[in-house]
Amino acid sequence: MNAEPKKATSYDVSALRRDFPILSREVHGKKLVYLDNAASAQKPKRVLDAMSAFMTSEYANVHRGVHYLSGVATERYEEARVRVQRFLNAGYSGEIIFTKGGTEAINLVAESYLATRIEPGDEIVLSVMEHHSNIVPWHFLRERHGAVLKWVEVSDLGELDPADVARAITGKTKLVAISHMSNVLGTKTALDEITRLAHAKGIPVMADGCQGAVHGIIDVQALDVDFYALTGHKLYGPTGVGVLYAKRAHLKAMRPYQGGGEMIREVTRANVTYADAPMRFEAGTPPIVQAVGLAAALDYLDSVGREVAAAHEIALARTAQKRLKEMNRIRIFGESRDKGPIISFEAIGIHAHDLATILDREGVAVRGGHHCAQPLMERFQVAGTARASFALYNTYEEVDALVAAVGEARRVFG
Amino acid sequence: MDQNLRELYQEIILDHSRHPRHFGALAEANHVAEGHNPLCGDKVKVYLKVDENDRIADVAFEGKGCAISVASASLMTELLQGRSVGEAERMMGGFLHLVKGEDGPGLDSEDKERLEVMAGVSAFPMRVKCATLAWHAMKAALDGENAARTE
Repeated sequence: MNAEPKKATSYDVSALRRDFPILSREVHGKKLVYLDNAASAQKPKRVLDAMSAFMTSEYANVHRGVHYLSGVATERYEEARVRVQRFLNAGYSGEIIFTKGGTEAINLVAESYLATRIEPGDEIVLSVMEHHSNIVPWHFLRERHGAVLKWVEVSDLGELDPADVARAITGKTKLVAISHMSNVLGTKTALDEITRLAHAKGIPVMADGCQGAVHGIIDVQALDVDFYALTGHKLYGPTGVGVLYAKRAHLKAMRPYQGGGEMIREVTRANVTYADAPMRFEAGTPPIVQAVGLAAALDYLDSVGREVAAAHEIALARTAQKRLKEMNRIRIFGESRDKGPIISFEAIGIHAHDLATILDREGVAVRGGHHCAQPLMERFQVAGTARASFALYNTYEEVDALVAAVGEARRVFG
Repeated sequence: MDQNLRELYQEIILDHSRHPRHFGALAEANHVAEGHNPLCGDKVKVYLKVDENDRIADVAFEGKGCAISVASASLMTELLQGRSVGEAERMMGGFLHLVKGEDGPGLDSEDKERLEVMAGVSAFPMRVKCATLAWHAMKAALDGENAARTE
């Protein structure tokens, strides 16, 4: 979104906040100002009710049973799969694999897809602003299979040039692993362009969409990415469920990730044969209740309107950023033209941890530290930053509270 | 600002964090260890010069971190000057009690008074590891280990 977003006049944030019971609580005797949404989002009553109702009257284990409840539960679980397919505009529901989170989704790709294709010296291209979940699985391949990590830099504004990604690709590249939206800088990458350039050289793309999927419309077919990971708990859903989207041609050729029940066709003493995707990649009892919760969360988000919500969030973040910049001795990290509602900043002379503590006592929840992005911290030569991240239920009053609390910290520390 | 916060970031702690005592590498150190709090990036390196009578002839530290971790390290180096190794280990036990808000032995009344400023940490359980980092590094150094971590 390049244009200055207008404050949507029909966006009734007070009504939306009533959907989230936790937002009315206090911390340390102050109103909760929850600005740690990039870490995890709060859950609307609709999600709580959906999970509760499911467990109250429709719950059983899925896929294996003949009895009524098993059939109902299976329907709900598979409906959730289709719901996610719709959310991502994937071509087939079989391209949606439920995992326990975004991290597991990426690890699945590393283990089941890439590990069998890496010879020592083969290369994985990734950006310096990746989250550890999109770094460490590739380090595993370096440690275990001799892969080489090729790092693409970001500019001082935190922008990632698709041409730089393309330049990093050589005859030895096997995968490009790239974030859709940085959890630190807020930078939204030109994922479609990166994918186009990578595909022109015959290289598949693994996209970390844990932040990107939360803000705006995602169309995996339009993006043409090979793999896209997202996590439920950042999407207003429960913890314990994530999604790997993978093109079915890849899934067909991928070995299993975990072994166990559900993902097999036949097991004998001598041998085992495996089910087709997606079942092949869902060993054991899946996160049934959580998938139902996730489907309800996606319904909720779409009822608000993904683009409307994103516009609101970005307008809030822009206001916060502008007001923080107006204060003395504040450094903002990441000012890309296309930026999501995530503001990392430093109050110069105040350690992020101390800043976050003082903000906490004012009821303002932000995160302070390296945000699971140590290579990025090193690139910007900081030990850590404070990070305020906005969701569909945050308000301009909360921006005021954030700014006031930062002022308070400055009074304490000088 | 609430009372707890006032206690945590009182003048003495801010002063120690801005002007840490015994800051800098110790050339003649014979016990060195690093401490790292990966959760927030606090890093400390503690240098000790222990003489043949098991006395801490000199102690210093280097590092980068939050105000609590730096102030705690600074206060520690002030207190440990000239103490025996045994005393240092006892005092560590007492310090851990102090920052957790527990009753427990280890600090005599004079030490307790000087470290009392850190008692405010007990109201901030998420920050205890910042306060104890330097002490864990000191212990690791005395034990002949290279590194300590608090998570």
